[in-house]
Amino acid sequence: MIYLKLIWSYLKIGLFGFGGGYAMLALIEREIVGPGWISEQMFTDIVAISQMTPGPIGINSATYIGYVAPGEASAAFANPLFGVLGSLLCTLVVVVPSFFLTVYTSHFIMRHKESAIVKGVFTGLRPVVVGLIASAALLLMNAANFGEQTQDIVSGIIICVVSFCIVFFTKIHPILVIVLAGIAGLFIY
Amino acid sequence: MKIGAFTFGGGWAMISIIEKEIVDKHHWLEREEFLDQLAVAQSLPGILAVNISVAVGDRLRGVKGSVCAALGTILPSFLIILAIAVFLTPDMIKNNETVSKIFKGIRPAVVALIIAPVISSAKAARIGWKTVAIPVVVALLIWSKLPVVSNPILFIVLGGVGGYLWFRKHLESTREAVRKGGEK
Repeated sequence: MIYLKLIWSYLKIGLFGFGGGYAMLALIEREIVGPGWISEQMFTDIVAISQMTPGPIGINSATYIGYVAPGEASAAFANPLFGVLGSLLCTLVVVVPSFFLTVYTSHFIMRHKESAIVKGVFTGLRPVVVGLIASAALLLMNAANFGEQTQDIVSGIIICVVSFCIVFFTKIHPILVIVLAGIAGLFIY
Repeated sequence: MKIGAFTFGGGWAMISIIEKEIVDKHHWLEREEFLDQLAVAQSLPGILAVNISVAVGDRLRGVKGSVCAALGTILPSFLIILAIAVFLTPDMIKNNETVSKIFKGIRPAVVALIIAPVISSAKAARIGWKTVAIPVVVALLIWSKLPVVSNPILFIVLGGVGGYLWFRKHLESTREAVRKGGEK
């Protein structure tokens, strides 16, 4: 049953999604693109949409995938109402683990902020989080996003490098970079 | 507080906005208290904006406050994305020529937007020549999609446990050194 699978996946994402939105991407990719609920391209598109709308990537992806996945999984769920139900479930489920953790453990962590356990665990997690973000970038560098013909790949790489330079070296907002890339796409392809 | 939670929720990913609302505008918390809560919210899994809202809601009004704060943070982005999902279906992106061209241009830019935080987070985590192997190995193994070893959850657990063990060992050796110093 597609809904149970979605709930299970988003519970895992909510419980192990350490290190913020970008670090969660690798986990979301594995749970959602892996079983084939949505395509690699669709996944990248959702990341783009999340960037352009207010709100956290974790929530946005849950809402979008919850809406799309039931219809993609089986024609019996093509009715939009099944999509809305999926959206609701995924969005709630992804925040449930951290909700309880925040309510019940924040006092504990606050008290033991300086303790070896807490400090050690978070020192160990930090380099892993860097690796998680890097893996998300690697996973998305594929033919689905850059195209298959040489010409497409070249223009894809140019857009990628230029966007990176803008984001990394200037203070121009990422949303503007996405808009500019979209306009560039209109003219190039 | 219920209404207050909804207004401050706002669904903004940006912590500075939440900070302004809670500390400067409504004076619900002192800045220092807010920063403490933020540190805790950051260390828990899940979505940071939701975590910090829940922590503040809980701090102010207990469970009721935290539920309202969570809903307040989720609702706006939920509604926006739902509206987008209804109109911008996968078929539409694939079959509408203009939309598909726009997204073709956007996809490589998204990759760039993810590469940038790799570098900035590596700096923040003070990754040096000794520790650089950890993120490199983690990234390559997840990318490889091999069975078992490509699971991100595995590395999160290993990182936490490894960090704890390393820190305990580190602590013991310091204690021993202190003890030896005392005996002399």
